[in-house]
Amino acid sequence: MGEFKVHRVRFFDYMPAAIRAMAFNRRTERLALARADGALEIFNFADNYFQEKVIPGQDGRAVEALCWVGRRLFSAGLNGEITEYDLENLRPRYTVEAYGGPIWTISAVAYSLSGCVPCQVGCEDGTVKMFEVLEDRIQFQRNLDRQKGRIISLCWHPSASLIAAGMMDMIRIFDVETGKGVGASKSKEVVVWSIAFLSDHTIISGDSAGKVQIWDGLTGTLARTHLVTKWDVLALSDESSLVAGTSEGTVVQFQFLSSTLDGQNKDWVRTRTFKNHSHDVRALVHTETAVVSGGMDTQLVVRPLLDKVEKNTQESAMRKMAFPHRSLVCCAKKAGLLLFQFPDHLELWRLGESDGHGNPGDSLPVKRKPEKLIQLKRKGEDHICCSALSPCGGWLAYSTVTSFRLYRLQNNTISITKVSKLPKDLRSAHQLCFSTDSSRLFASSINSSVVVVALNQPECKYLHTLKPKSGEQQPTTASVSLSVRLQLHCTVPVYGSCPTAIAIHPTSSNLVVVHADQQIFEYSLVQKEYTEWSRRLQKQGLHSLWLERDTPITHVTFNPKHPAHIILHDMFMFCVIDQSLPLPEAKTRLFNQMILRSLPEPMRILHRHAFKMCKTFQNLMCVRLLEDHSLVVVERPLLDIMSQLPAPVRQKRFAT
Amino acid sequence: MVEHGDIRVVHRGGSKINSREPVVTNDSRFLLCASGERVKVFSTSTEECVHDLRGHTDLVTGVLLRPTNHLQVYSCSVDGTVRLWDFTDGILIKVQLDYCSVCVTCSWLMFDIVCMCVCAELFQLVAVHLPQSGDQLVEAQELSAVLSNVSSNPAATGFGRGVRAPPLRSPNAPPGAITYPKTDSPHLLTTQRKGGKNTLMCIACHPKDDCIATGHEDGKIRLWRNFNHKKEYTYTTLHWHHNAVSSLRFTPEGTNLLSGGLESVLVQWRYNQESERDFLPRLGSAITHIAVSPDGTLFCTSHSDNKITIIQSCVKVSAVIQGLVNGESVRTDLMVDPRSKSLVLNGKPGHLQFYSLQRDKLLYNLDIVQQEYIHELGLQQFEVVKVAFDAPGNWMATVEERKPKAAEPEINLKLWAFDEQTQSFVLNTTVSAPHEAQITSMCFSQAADGQTSMLVSASEDGHFKAWQLPRSAYEGPSWSCDFVGDYRGLAPQCCCFSADGSLLAVSFQEVVTVWSPASWELLTTLSQPPKAIRDLCFGRLGCSKYLMGTTASNLLCCWNLLTCSLEWSTSMDVSLLLSDPLTENMAAFCCQAESTDLFVFKPSEPRPVASLKAVCSGKVTRAVFAPREEMLESCEESSQWLNRSQLYFLTQHMLFIDDSVAMTPFYLLLGKHRKQENQDSLTRLSAELMPLPRGSLAIKELLQSPAHVLPSTSVLCSMFVESLLVSVADGSEESKHAEEEMESEKEEEDSEGEMESRTPRPEPASPGLQSAESAAPALTKAQLKELRRVKKLDHGWLADLLLS
Repeated sequence: MGEFKVHRVRFFDYMPAAIRAMAFNRRTERLALARADGALEIFNFADNYFQEKVIPGQDGRAVEALCWVGRRLFSAGLNGEITEYDLENLRPRYTVEAYGGPIWTISAVAYSLSGCVPCQVGCEDGTVKMFEVLEDRIQFQRNLDRQKGRIISLCWHPSASLIAAGMMDMIRIFDVETGKGVGASKSKEVVVWSIAFLSDHTIISGDSAGKVQIWDGLTGTLARTHLVTKWDVLALSDESSLVAGTSEGTVVQFQFLSSTLDGQNKDWVRTRTFKNHSHDVRALVHTETAVVSGGMDTQLVVRPLLDKVEKNTQESAMRKMAFPHRSLVCCAKKAGLLLFQFPDHLELWRLGESDGHGNPGDSLPVKRKPEKLIQLKRKGEDHICCSALSPCGGWLAYSTVTSFRLYRLQNNTISITKVSKLPKDLRSAHQLCFSTDSSRLFASSINSSVVVVALNQPECKYLHTLKPKSGEQQPTTASVSLSVRLQLHCTVPVYGSCPTAIAIHPTSSNLVVVHADQQIFEYSLVQKEYTEWSRRLQKQGLHSLWLERDTPITHVTFNPKHPAHIILHDMFMFCVIDQSLPLPEAKTRLFNQMILRSLPEPMRILHRHAFKMCKTFQNLMCVRLLEDHSLVVVERPLLDIMSQLPAPVRQKRFAT
Repeated sequence: MVEHGDIRVVHRGGSKINSREPVVTNDSRFLLCASGERVKVFSTSTEECVHDLRGHTDLVTGVLLRPTNHLQVYSCSVDGTVRLWDFTDGILIKVQLDYCSVCVTCSWLMFDIVCMCVCAELFQLVAVHLPQSGDQLVEAQELSAVLSNVSSNPAATGFGRGVRAPPLRSPNAPPGAITYPKTDSPHLLTTQRKGGKNTLMCIACHPKDDCIATGHEDGKIRLWRNFNHKKEYTYTTLHWHHNAVSSLRFTPEGTNLLSGGLESVLVQWRYNQESERDFLPRLGSAITHIAVSPDGTLFCTSHSDNKITIIQSCVKVSAVIQGLVNGESVRTDLMVDPRSKSLVLNGKPGHLQFYSLQRDKLLYNLDIVQQEYIHELGLQQFEVVKVAFDAPGNWMATVEERKPKAAEPEINLKLWAFDEQTQSFVLNTTVSAPHEAQITSMCFSQAADGQTSMLVSASEDGHFKAWQLPRSAYEGPSWSCDFVGDYRGLAPQCCCFSADGSLLAVSFQEVVTVWSPASWELLTTLSQPPKAIRDLCFGRLGCSKYLMGTTASNLLCCWNLLTCSLEWSTSMDVSLLLSDPLTENMAAFCCQAESTDLFVFKPSEPRPVASLKAVCSGKVTRAVFAPREEMLESCEESSQWLNRSQLYFLTQHMLFIDDSVAMTPFYLLLGKHRKQENQDSLTRLSAELMPLPRGSLAIKELLQSPAHVLPSTSVLCSMFVESLLVSVADGSEESKHAEEEMESEKEEEDSEGEMESRTPRPEPASPGLQSAESAAPALTKAQLKELRRVKKLDHGWLADLLLS
């Protein structure tokens, strides 16, 4: 594997925002997730839970509820607006004011009727407003009967003729046709945080008294009460089994079971309890096979239900997603600078230096401490969506949804000047990349185009726009690197899974692509075909332990000293793939670095294989190789994130 | 009376009543529980034992009401029989013999037609169809194995709704597995998490619904549902217990689930509304079993301190049936309270129990430590380690000790006065840290005048202290230290007062110092090198001039205090030496080759009054002479020593054998030891049984002993008949033990001289030993003189032996 001098960076204070709302689209198997800072994330559950898209947040946008209508995504928030998102260009498409004060909830009919789809919002002033979803916009239809107190939760009956609304102290059922309330169920001094309306007219409510109550929707009578917690039941999600999240951080599952094995009389029985969160569970989704939960502790947890999946498979493993599936750190390889991206500012740091020597594993004395050079605040109210630093450390670029900014850096004097004249086509970007000689900037822009800009000393010049020929999906996460090819060179064969990281080898011009399902491909751009090594790898198959990892590879790079080495990393390890060594067999140990170290020299050769993995550093945000052959490792320990979270509202203590 | 009265060891009671869960009868009036080899019938309202169902020859392992007749009960036992009883009258109705009787070690009864039992080593669940016939003795023919590899823990098998499909549990599957043999294909439900301590402890099935409750080692209870599907089973987890759940039970209607564990709290969960639960705390000690009466009004909990609590509708403890508490170990010596004549030993943690030997019943517990007991594993608790009574029983001294890891032990000495009004002991004085190190021995002076009492405690810190009650106490008498003595900085081991209280002997390793308590002056020292003194004992009555001592070098010495010289000594490995306070006799237990011999002798002469070989297996650690309520008039020499008192002892198998065993010729062998006793004791048992019919001794005893000391006639009859039957069967069956039987026979026939020949007496006189002794380097002049004198002793009996 070779020895590296490692810069172990722990001064990136990345803080993810709390999860506020989730919506799952069963047809496309996409999960939309809204965070407290207004950012939206789309996860593809069919493709290894990969975070496909991120729509950056905005100051003042607080998403309280999300809902899918077909492939369209709507959100509503406490600013009283309904927003539809453009999922192609990753920005809000339009915003409609609902004129009813803060909106607490939004709900659409589960299946679409022909043409128009009604969509409802519950407002602070006690109205339930109905909107019609048209082709390109939504239109206000009418108000249902106005109630006293705010509407907290809404749920459609599957027949689309009735709707149940949870309010302060009350659950009300509305007839959609007439707009009149047809029934009400009262409970005392509680906030009905969430509600579910089942096809057999059973209404299930979760309230602030910690109860999950099962009501008969036809008569409005209480059928059963489950005291789940001493505190609030915040989220509820249903199917034939139902899950409820509490403010203690637990998720409780209820199932509709018959009491005897052959019996018919079924009943809702409280079954499992999951405790995966330290803080409130604010959002819950029950998919076919798993319970997805998120809350104040910022982690998205996918907990498969063991009765629905095969045991001891990759599917049955619990997943916790803490970090974004893209890199928030940019590294200037030549200058030894690090750029950290936060939603509202950028930080530029210079790495420390050390001249000490020591044995492997020792920590060397630091001669010069790392220092923060620049903190750059963004302009406007949109959050930063991408940023980049040129390898020489002379250029810095960032983009929001609406604007793009390029800065010239003087490293010696630490001065920053904004490049004022920018080409017109460069309004915003999803991904930014500099060429290795820092002379070109590539920006992926609207409508899947890539804009190429030449950077000269005084200003920059627009060179070219690469436009996809057909309706290709844009490379939202993959970073393009290196050479400029002014004409379309070739098209890499399409693979079913989304690429998580790509890189072009500086000397051999091989393209290395890593996909969300952990597959690795190497494609020769010269021969326009997969390389021999890639074919061998596909033939033999990757090691099962490699495939079972649950975080995607977020970056691929190469070692200039050893052209056969590919360096890649995910959240829990980094790996050097040595293409000159044999591939690991199915039965060999994948993590064998410790064993190799203990073996005598001749035995080592026998046990070596191509995958050299290092788990010394955990919770990795970034692993880069600098020019001087030292490695930069940016860690963000989850414990640090936990300690910076606000104190939980309620915490279960032993013997209480 | 009897010219050939033999002395036998019998089990006197104190057996466990908490080994299996108790059974409450349909009318809730009686409670049945397995107790050793008997089934005891208690009244639920008065706590009294109404009947003893005797007949099994080994440990009873299961009791079950007969579903078709509520007045009858089945019991099964390790001896391989299933018996049917009428418990209201205490009559044995039917004996059913199981053919695989040899291998049944554990069995449970579940249904009327089907009896499930588990065979040794294999641990199979076997269905036995009990044939319906009118005969007294039936052999069960139909046996079918239902499931192999079940757990040996009876709580880990449960039977569900309907006989056809009982859900069972299998331990060969990973921990936490339940088997559910639906018709013919059992399959496993598993719940496994890495590192989880979720070993299955107990199981219960809902009476109406298809729901299985399992209790786990980590304190969680899981309610399994939907388990007929291979995959889509589901469970609810209930968690209140912080230690392993040891028992689970549904109420008959299935509305509540009861659980209990180490916390000694009975938890009542509402079925289907598990967040609502009721607690009945402070039940005293860990719950081992829970039983519910068929009408659901009474709950019974068995506790680890050999107690059954009867609870009315989960709110009120209405009755407590308490057996002999046997904790982890008896740290105190066995003591006899001079007033109540009850046996005193460690009971519940921090308590002393007063146990009536005559009635086999716990009289009361006395809280010594007076601290809240925290139920947690691995916690260092205060323990009562020493108890002493003064002669009239007015004062009791206790020592409690707590030894935290890597810290000085905390020791408290407490003195208790007997209060005539409340008829119990009241705390008078607490001395915290009476000594700097562990107290090794403690005794009251046997003051003849009964006025001044004195307590002497010896400790490892090198001192012994005398404590006295000052006369001129103006604010109520309290004890204070009177004298601190030491001897060459050695640590005192034992201390002992002479019968009249005029002398105090304290042993410092190999030296015995004799002090005068009146003036606290060192009168003399006696020593017997090379090893330390292990036990000290003054003679009583006529032999009060003698001081007996045992050393670690297997020597029993007798000093004459008038001449201050060694009277005699003999080489025997005495593990325990004790004197009978009412007679001159002393008893010594000798441990040899896994079994213990008993010798009874008078200090004045070096020949045993009586000797018994192989009293029990293992080492006897605690014993006591208890006075008889009425004296016996036995003229025979070998049993005369038992005329005034009985000898009780505890064996080393303390964890299993909790029996106090009495030596008396007049009790028939009624019951024997607990389970897990090794094969040795079983064979000895048969060896003792054998002579009964042959010498027609039993008949003579029956005829000649007074009626009030005999057990009920029904029991005697069956015993008698049985003994006649067994004698033939045993001979063929247990051929490998024939040799031992022969030996025991011989013992019966041999004369008393022969008996003596078996005592290991000759050695001290033999020249071989002498040479060995002279070879020992440092022999003082006095010791040589002593040896010479010993040689001159009368060894005529030895010559007898050699001639015969």
